[in-house]
Amino acid sequence: MRWTQRLGNLVSGFYLTACYIFILLPVAVLILFSFQDGRLPVPPFHGPTLNWYITAISNDRLMAGLGNSLMVGLSSSALSVILGFLAAYGVSRYEFAGKRLLQGIIILPLAVSYLLVGMGLLVTISSLGLGPSLIMVVVGHVVINMPLAFAICLAQLGEHQRKIEWAARDLGASTFRVLTMVTMPMIAPAMIAAFCLCFTLSWDEFIIAFLVTRFDVTLPIVIWTMLRGGLNPQTNAVGSFIFLCSILLLIVVELLLFRKRS
Amino acid sequence: MTGQPHLDIANLRKIYSEVTALDDVSLAVEQGAYVVLLGPSGSGKTTLLSAIGGFIIPTSGRIGIAGKDVTTLAPAHRPTTTLFQDYALFPHMSVASNVGFGLKIRRVRGADYDKRIKGALDMVGLEGYGKRGIHELSGGQRQRVALARALVVEPEILLLDEPLGALDLNLRRQMQDELMDLQRRTGRSFVHVTHDQEEAMALASLIVVMNKGRIEDMGTPKRIYERPATRFTATFMGESTQIAGRISGGQNGVFNVATGIGHLQAVGDAGDGAEVTLILRPENILVGTAGDVGLGQARIREAVFQGAHYRVLASSESGGQDFVLRLPPDARVEQGMQIDLSCQSSRLVAVAR
Amino acid sequence: MPSTTTSDNEKLASRRSTLAGLAFSLPAVAWIALFFAAPLVIMSVYSLMPLAGDGAFSLDNYRHFLGEPAYVQAIWNSVLTTAIVVVISLLLAYPFAYILAYKVPKRWQRLALACAILPFWTSYVVRSYAWLLVLAPTGIVNWVLMSLHITDHPITFAYNPGATDLGFVHFFIMLNALTIYANLVQINPRYVLAAQDLGASAWKSFIAVTLPLSIPGMTVGAFLTVVLCIGDFITPQILGGNKELLLPQVIMMQIQRQLDLPMASTMSLVLTLIVAVVYLALQRKMRMSRL
Repeated sequence: MRWTQRLGNLVSGFYLTACYIFILLPVAVLILFSFQDGRLPVPPFHGPTLNWYITAISNDRLMAGLGNSLMVGLSSSALSVILGFLAAYGVSRYEFAGKRLLQGIIILPLAVSYLLVGMGLLVTISSLGLGPSLIMVVVGHVVINMPLAFAICLAQLGEHQRKIEWAARDLGASTFRVLTMVTMPMIAPAMIAAFCLCFTLSWDEFIIAFLVTRFDVTLPIVIWTMLRGGLNPQTNAVGSFIFLCSILLLIVVELLLFRKRS
Repeated sequence: MTGQPHLDIANLRKIYSEVTALDDVSLAVEQGAYVVLLGPSGSGKTTLLSAIGGFIIPTSGRIGIAGKDVTTLAPAHRPTTTLFQDYALFPHMSVASNVGFGLKIRRVRGADYDKRIKGALDMVGLEGYGKRGIHELSGGQRQRVALARALVVEPEILLLDEPLGALDLNLRRQMQDELMDLQRRTGRSFVHVTHDQEEAMALASLIVVMNKGRIEDMGTPKRIYERPATRFTATFMGESTQIAGRISGGQNGVFNVATGIGHLQAVGDAGDGAEVTLILRPENILVGTAGDVGLGQARIREAVFQGAHYRVLASSESGGQDFVLRLPPDARVEQGMQIDLSCQSSRLVAVAR
Repeated sequence: MPSTTTSDNEKLASRRSTLAGLAFSLPAVAWIALFFAAPLVIMSVYSLMPLAGDGAFSLDNYRHFLGEPAYVQAIWNSVLTTAIVVVISLLLAYPFAYILAYKVPKRWQRLALACAILPFWTSYVVRSYAWLLVLAPTGIVNWVLMSLHITDHPITFAYNPGATDLGFVHFFIMLNALTIYANLVQINPRYVLAAQDLGASAWKSFIAVTLPLSIPGMTVGAFLTVVLCIGDFITPQILGGNKELLLPQVIMMQIQRQLDLPMASTMSLVLTLIVAVVYLALQRKMRMSRL
């Protein structure tokens, strides 16, 4: 039945291409018209020029937002990975009652929408009389990202690693030594990958940041306010830049998590 | 044995929720012995090894090493090191760092550190391998690194968990020789777990045969093979012909045993009237009437050439008894051939049924 | 030396293990309890204390919320939109994932997958904005249509519920393709071979073997779609043109315009309840032997 196979392959090819076009179209348009030499990021395309990127860099509010996003991203990711790793170690290496319950609590935030997390924090700071701040964004991002870091570390702390830790203990190492000389160096690639993933998700996150900040805001919120001004190539430039950074981080993750495995 | 035994295990029990892994195990070993824990899977040999190493806490009982009670101590605090089945080398460290890990923990530094690592690597035949990564090594080389790592910290006892299982036959024989050599040179006690009785006989100064959480028999390889204490031990240590019977008198360790093929003289430890099984190794069955115990006539059922001998299965004409014996490679063997069988009474061993 | 005769040793060891295990996991658990669970409790309390009330607990907020036609319409819009998005995304994503898993050569699969989820890594805001670019009256779709003289004035693709649906489907095709793909590559190919060996056609073996075994992947994808879609504020806000408000938009209005946190809490909790109901309905189907 070769012709049916041929037909099947042809149809598959078309469908695949159509899907890719649909998926990549907005991003392609975004990036293309960030180089637009003109006032509107719409066809026809003139250029390319880096004008809008330069304008974006000179935009103080944008740069402040970028700085805040970096700060929030780095601190929340670091916290997420540390807490997630320690919890994964505790759960995978020790037996105790209520272990399953604790595990369930840790991954609970994965099952709810960011809106709920953000609302919870907003209501909390309001009831405590605290004002909006970037610290709460860090707190919220740890809530949503730490379960992921936990899951990634847990997947790496399997039987194989456990046996090697036993060997280290057999040779006289205390728990602290085992962690610092054996466990963490061994799963370092996964921990770094988890860090990058958490950073990317924090970097892109809007709703929690929107709810708990007012004046010091993160980059996605600055973009949001820029949207009031309609279609603007500067917005394209910023969006493309965010996208590019995320991709770069992901390439790092790919190299760390997947290459090391062989 | 002078003074206290080096490894002193008393009434060790380990009970999991439904399984008794160790059932009242007691063992006393002098220093410098090569002990092999031998048994099938589930016999408790690995549980016992883990208990000595500190990876399992026993339910009750006591373990003493070099006079110190270590029963509740964590592995890090015991004077033992373990060679794990899959070596468990640190993949992110070089060979030298692996070997030196225990030294680093014990704060050995500088020239002393380098010297001891070099000494350990030389001892296992890996001079100059210090800078290599673990992934560059073959299986046999990795095992040597693991050995060096375990021995460089000079433990009282080295525990080996089925170390030769993953190796092919030639490599296994070679490693057996090297292990024996290492043990003699370092003078340390080794406790080695295996299910391979040939390996046990090749290496051990003391074999401990275990079954279902208990010690069946304990002794030198020769004694265990020739004079097994239990039927299980006899079967585990090699092939044998087994003849059921009852003791009807005897003295000075020589008994008269009533069996299906007649009254036989056998040796062993049992009481009058006891139901016994007589154990006879294949190499001890003689064709003809040269032996002082006659075994009657048998017909050859099957003969398989094994290189150095024929392995022959024969059945007695009367009494329904099967024999497994050996014939020289140039003997005339035909199926259905009738032969007379006999043996020496000193080779016919009675064990409890 | 005396020997220990009870399992005191074991009890000591297990107590040490419990302490260590708890010490390691407690920070993470405490964080979640403090900054996620406790806020939920506070939200629940808030929802029971209406803004205009006298500080006493009452279900007024809930009554008001579920009694007001505009709000109920918003709930309905959200549920309907989410349902449509789930169905369309699954239908479109399944063949996509199938082709990726079985037709694309193994060497290229990782790369193909990475390209397929590329837009995943743009910010929500940026992604919706990008669709605005595409669908705007001066955007590329209209430009192509007019250049080809299919129409002579721009069609309003944006600023309506259809655009919102499109924006959602765009995102969730990627998500579902990912989960379905992960499921498909994990199915032992011998099952299909066995079916064909016994005489089944390619289609039959797909229906009888592959499809049922890929249900966990579809279910997980559907659940994630529900969670993320029903709580999304950005996509409808940017693309929807305020035509038919969805629940998150109504919630945001409570916060920003009415400054009515209790009501917003009530609405958020109801939204979460809907998700919880969906979870309970789907959870059995989400199990997989090795996910």
